[in-house]
Amino acid sequence: MASHTEALKTADGISLKLSLQRSLRRKKRNALLLVAPLFLFILVTFLFPIFDMLLRGVENSITEEILPTTVVVLADWDPALGKLPEEEVFKAFTVDGQIAAKAKIISRLGKRLNYEKSGFSSLFRKTGRKLRKFDPEKLTSTYKENLIKIDKKWGQVETWALLHRESGSYTKSYYLAALDLTQNAEGNIEWKEADSRIYIDLFIRTLWLSCLITFLTILLGYPIAYLLATLKSKTSNLLMILVLLPFWTSLLVRTSAWIALLQKEGVINDTLVAIGIISDDSRLSMIHNSTGTLIAMTHILLPFMILPLFSVMKTIDPSYVRAARSMGATGFTAFRRVYFPNTIAGIGAGGILVFILSIGFYITPALVGGVDGTMISNFIAYHISTSLNWGLAAALGAILLALVLALYILYDKLVGVDNMKLG
Amino acid sequence: MPESNSEALVRFENVQKSYDGEVLVVKDLNLNIAKGEFLTMLGPSGSGKTTCLMMLAGFEPATHGEIYLDNVPINRVPPHKRGIGMVFQSYALFPHMTIGENLAFPLEVRKMSKSDRDAKVKKALDMVQLGAFADRRPAQLSGGQQQRVAVARSLVFDPDVVLMDEPLGALDKNLREQMQYEIKHIHDRLGVTVLYVTHDQSEALTMSNRVAVFDDGVIQQLAPPDVLYEQPENAFVADFIGDNNCLGGVVTEESENSCAVQTADGSNIRANKINIAGKGQKSTLSIRPERVIVNPEDGKVPNVFQAKALELIYLGDHIRTRMEVCGNDQFYVKIPNSSHHADLNKGDVVNIGWNEYDCRALDAQ
Ligand SMILES: Nc1ncnc2c1ncn2[C@@H]1O[C@H](COP(=O)(O)OP(=O)(O)OP(=O)(O)O)[C@@H](O)[C@H]1O
Ligand SMILES: [Mg+2]
Repeated sequence: MASHTEALKTADGISLKLSLQRSLRRKKRNALLLVAPLFLFILVTFLFPIFDMLLRGVENSITEEILPTTVVVLADWDPALGKLPEEEVFKAFTVDGQIAAKAKIISRLGKRLNYEKSGFSSLFRKTGRKLRKFDPEKLTSTYKENLIKIDKKWGQVETWALLHRESGSYTKSYYLAALDLTQNAEGNIEWKEADSRIYIDLFIRTLWLSCLITFLTILLGYPIAYLLATLKSKTSNLLMILVLLPFWTSLLVRTSAWIALLQKEGVINDTLVAIGIISDDSRLSMIHNSTGTLIAMTHILLPFMILPLFSVMKTIDPSYVRAARSMGATGFTAFRRVYFPNTIAGIGAGGILVFILSIGFYITPALVGGVDGTMISNFIAYHISTSLNWGLAAALGAILLALVLALYILYDKLVGVDNMKLG
Repeated sequence: MPESNSEALVRFENVQKSYDGEVLVVKDLNLNIAKGEFLTMLGPSGSGKTTCLMMLAGFEPATHGEIYLDNVPINRVPPHKRGIGMVFQSYALFPHMTIGENLAFPLEVRKMSKSDRDAKVKKALDMVQLGAFADRRPAQLSGGQQQRVAVARSLVFDPDVVLMDEPLGALDKNLREQMQYEIKHIHDRLGVTVLYVTHDQSEALTMSNRVAVFDDGVIQQLAPPDVLYEQPENAFVADFIGDNNCLGGVVTEESENSCAVQTADGSNIRANKINIAGKGQKSTLSIRPERVIVNPEDGKVPNVFQAKALELIYLGDHIRTRMEVCGNDQFYVKIPNSSHHADLNKGDVVNIGWNEYDCRALDAQ
């Protein structure tokens, strides 16, 4: 008889634990092999680009590249003292600038610094032009005087302070800009002037519109999902097709349809005028503002709310409500105390789906949002494709991502992600 | 059991029900349930048992007729005002509430104070021996425990009537028998009126004061269990309850209490006249397998026939034997496993017989 303390062995004498581990390892390896192609695909086409994009929100190697020696000597200078840098800095800048000007890349730095302070683009263009023709042999004054002669901005401490601040390989200025913050000459962080603050308001508006859209889809979707879940399957299948129908038409078509319906001379206004509810000169403006965004996006996202709600409601045993009623609960109490709590998982799943989709929605607000109905994603797109300020776009995108993650964690704390049922 | 209408706690009067306007699922139901009675509706699947419970609980309207609770017509009373407890086949315990909250629910909607509530919940849980489980969720209990909670919840608000729709259907055999005993025990202790639905006949026979055998929307027979088994009134009940042998034939002779029936192969059988249409009409004879005597003494029983043993099934305490007699080869005889009967072999031809009283002449099937 084997004693109980002895390790268990399989028939061929290998310890049981070891052979179990071996068989599990094989299983794990197989699982890995199965996901490997998709993982590689996502890594190359999605994760790397996103990572690279996020990096652009802090990356700032351009100063170093274009002014390599200047950056080194400028590092010892302290802008807080309020004095211009030493002669050697001016000399290094002249040398670096001349090389960069001849390579025709100096204006790129100007463009970059122009994000921080307007005027830098033209300053660098002008300086570049002069430095290209500059000959150190013919220099009669100091480098300092020479540069100040080219443009008197080189004689201002702020100019050098900005160059000094942005000479590191990383910068926080994009993130500051994305939050409507700026650094003053002393390097302190402060709010931008009131009339140039846009992003905070935009974030707030995006969140607010997304909340409103989520709320509206719950309000409109809940009764529909309930109807679908309780009707006979023949009827409910038919209605389900109607719910899914919008998925079969392009998003663009649906949005354009809303334009046709909602515009000043559109179907709804025409009808209201025709039946005399409103007069011809007080037509409602329902499009190219936040109302338009709200209406069109609620419509487009409604199926994403109905489907998870439906699938949760489908699993609720009708005898729950009957049991509640037999125990003395009125129809309303039975709904509130028994039916509704069992649908929370569906509301949570649908809510988070709609919310996350709408927070990053782009096409619809771009088409029907006008000025006060655009969302943060429209500005990200603007900076990516029009202003080409990718750093700012990356910072805005990262903040959006962080917001969504924070809300997701909050949701997990309140409702629990495990409770979420998507289908 | 009380038969007068005024004593009945629940009374179905000429109740009919149709879901689609074409088929009557319940046809002219008349049923009185006395206070404190344990009445079981027994019947095959689709016979309308659940429909009857749903009408009484108020979840389905009766198409015709009236249901009375305590002599008050309740057709127009909504379910929550009927004060009827209910145990569902699926238990219907609320998954988002603990066991304690589940039991407190009916008390809460009755606006009972918290302290009273707690005391009642505790008492009800102790009654089903689940006092320690108040803080668990239904999903954390076994099937049998959930079932007990469902029973406790249906009783916690002291309803006059409790309806149970196949509450033990999902349990295995051992647990089911144990729960039958527990439910019966609770019924005896509380004196509550129970209307119970099952399609398991042994469950119906062991638990009930009376059993209503349902078929095709009609009560075929309503009687205490022993009467139902010993004295079935029609061929359906005889066949549905317990083991039974059927012999079809035509009535050739009829007197006050007895009759003679001739089977297709010409055998004349003396039978107890119960429910026949008259001389010359078809009838079904019902004989319980344990009432058949093998090798009866001469002259002791009126019916003696030659039978051939076709199959012997050993069942321990008895041997179930399939025989061919009177042209019927599905005739079962229960032979006790005592020494002098053990010598019967397959293919043997023996005499078998039965009393006139044990052979009931019923309606044609
Ligand atoms: N909601 C309904 N709509 C239409 N027909 C129904 C409905 N409920 C039941 N039926 C029909 O009514 C008949 C009786 O059903 P019921 O549920 O009362 O049977 P039951 O005796 O409880 O059967 P089981 O033992 O299988 O539970 C069946 O033929 C069934 O198809
Ligand atoms: Mg049923």
